[in-house]
Amino acid sequence: MPFNVTSYFRQEMLPHIWCPGCGNGIVLRDFAVALEKLNYSRQEVVIVSGIGCSSRAAGYLDFDTVHTTHGRALPFATGIKFANPGLKVFVIMGDGDASSIGGNHLIHACRRNIDLTAIIFNNHIYGMTGGQFSPMTPRDKKATTAPYGMIEQSFDLCRLAEAAGATYVGRATTYHNQLLTRLIVEGANNRGFSLIEAVTHCPTSYGRRNKMATPTDMVRWQKESAVLIDRIKEGRASLQEGQFPVGLLHQHDAPEFTAEYLEVVKRAREK
Amino acid sequence: MRKPIEIRLMQGNEACAQGAVDAGVRFFAGYPITPSTEIAEWMAREMPAIGGKFIQMEDEIASIAAIIGGSLAGVKSMTATSGPGFSLMQENIGYACMTEVPCLIVNVQRGGPSTGRPTAPSQGDVMQARWGTHGDHPSIALSPWSVQETYTLTVKAVNLSEKYRTPVILLLDEVIAHLREGVKLPDPRKLKLVERPRPRGGREEYRPFGGTMKEVPPIADFGMGFNCNFTGLVHDEVGHPSNSPAVTDRLIRRLVGKVEYDRDQIIHWEEIEMKDAEMAIFAYGCSARSSVSALKAARELGMKVGLIRPTTLWPFPEKAVEAAAARGIPLLVPELNLGQLVLEVSRVAAGRTRVRPLSRVDGELFTPMEILSALKEGF
Amino acid sequence: MTPLQTEHNPKASLDVNIKWCKGCNLCVTVCPKGVLSLDDLGKVSVDKPEECIGCGLCEETCPDYAIRVVKDA
Repeated sequence: MPFNVTSYFRQEMLPHIWCPGCGNGIVLRDFAVALEKLNYSRQEVVIVSGIGCSSRAAGYLDFDTVHTTHGRALPFATGIKFANPGLKVFVIMGDGDASSIGGNHLIHACRRNIDLTAIIFNNHIYGMTGGQFSPMTPRDKKATTAPYGMIEQSFDLCRLAEAAGATYVGRATTYHNQLLTRLIVEGANNRGFSLIEAVTHCPTSYGRRNKMATPTDMVRWQKESAVLIDRIKEGRASLQEGQFPVGLLHQHDAPEFTAEYLEVVKRAREK
Repeated sequence: MRKPIEIRLMQGNEACAQGAVDAGVRFFAGYPITPSTEIAEWMAREMPAIGGKFIQMEDEIASIAAIIGGSLAGVKSMTATSGPGFSLMQENIGYACMTEVPCLIVNVQRGGPSTGRPTAPSQGDVMQARWGTHGDHPSIALSPWSVQETYTLTVKAVNLSEKYRTPVILLLDEVIAHLREGVKLPDPRKLKLVERPRPRGGREEYRPFGGTMKEVPPIADFGMGFNCNFTGLVHDEVGHPSNSPAVTDRLIRRLVGKVEYDRDQIIHWEEIEMKDAEMAIFAYGCSARSSVSALKAARELGMKVGLIRPTTLWPFPEKAVEAAAARGIPLLVPELNLGQLVLEVSRVAAGRTRVRPLSRVDGELFTPMEILSALKEGF
Repeated sequence: MTPLQTEHNPKASLDVNIKWCKGCNLCVTVCPKGVLSLDDLGKVSVDKPEECIGCGLCEETCPDYAIRVVKDA
């Protein structure tokens, strides 16, 4: 019997609440496939999420799950991981959740390099509230609160995470399923803070206002906009206007917070 | 490390930290803020050696989030802050109420609003402790009047949060937090400690949000294999989000009810010279200390004055006021605010006796003399 | 939920859970062989099972877990 992705789900909760064609279901599948590959036991995994469309993901998965408050998933996860470092803690957030209201928590989780794996569902919009712009809405794109086009520059969350100290940073899209799964697996295996940006799509609140009315249009946009970082590094491709790199974008070794705390314990006991 | 039984000169903030640890708290997350910072400093120094966790978070919102996380992992958890930080924590205090996660929040009150007077005492957060977070929710808040009582009430606060699976607030006054007094620390092994109800059966019958209206349902630690969902959304008995009016009504009434039904077990107040009292002072925290001196001075003058001193502010000790109101004893309510708990006193007195507020908001304590003067002026 | 044997690859079949299908059309457009379409009710329909090559794109793309490509050993 091949692996059935829904075996990791709370079956009674399906079908999920997301709109037809929403990319969140695809990201969640890739996450479940990653969990299968990681082969963790059911009781050692904890999934923490914030508030928004993507954060409903936690409730569909059959693990210890916490659907927290808007923007605060990372400090909740920090508490769980720090209290019981044996747990494998994943954090699901949306782009508004992670980069706007939760932006401060994000940079500090990176800085602390605590062993969490954060998956940011980036659909470039506040979907749950009906399509307001987020800090990751690209310039000139339209939103209900940017009816004449977005005039602010958007965050590159991966570069932000790298600068803040995250030790594993990657990006994939719902078009790049296998890459996304691989990044989540590697991120989970990284001893430290890992951030994986999953570029997903919101046809309902983003696509329809921005000349990508169908889910297919939006996946095509991802396919055309994403450039594999390896191809860029090998000089076989370069980023054009509106394109973004996907793949493993950054990795480095640094002390991990819960491991460092053991040093504190040692020093305190020697005192 | 402390000896089993010890008499020590301690600061209120230290006594609070020691009490929390003796009550089993092993997880502290906080953010520096005057006048509560000594609690965090004490925790940073002592927690690692006793197998506990200390983390300084990026702000107070993160601090309360982290302690809820720590508690979900099964560890008794707390944070400490002051007014501005307490305001920032309110949303997640509501989350802890809704998801029924035990935790202790210490608020060392200072003058407000806003930055106010960071080093001046105030009792301005009494109503915030009750109604700070949005929506109907249970509230337990305790207020000590001495360093010794800071220790015992901290132990009690941790116990109550475990017993009722709800956040408990310890409202400290700045002067109590920074006061140094002799404290008799009991043998921690002989303290009566309460553990949250944990599931006895298997996963199938686990109902972390179930039970009758008066019951506190069991909660499993993360990692025990019960795979439960915690959400701030209205949820059913197993934790699934729900839009059902019946589920919503039941949940909100049960959350409030589990504390309200047991209010007599939770509430405590002390009465001084109330037997023959013809008038009384209703006071808590540092204001009760000034009141006792005023009471003694009044008695020496032949005035039959009593004192009602609640240590539980929420749920409000209605029976304490009820007894005085039934006897027609007028009540003077000195508070370091422009009248907060006096509103509750008046509500319960319901016109049967006179209730007079006495306010001070200049950042100074009540002197016994001004309370005595108020008593002399009458009601 | 009837497994459909395919001619080109008799070891692959498609399980469709129609109750979960929201009719987004993604599977129809990603299928390289035009196996799928949406029916009059807007739900996925397996039109040409014999054309399925078992590539799995529809399963990986379906946001609602409504399709499984079963490759029996």
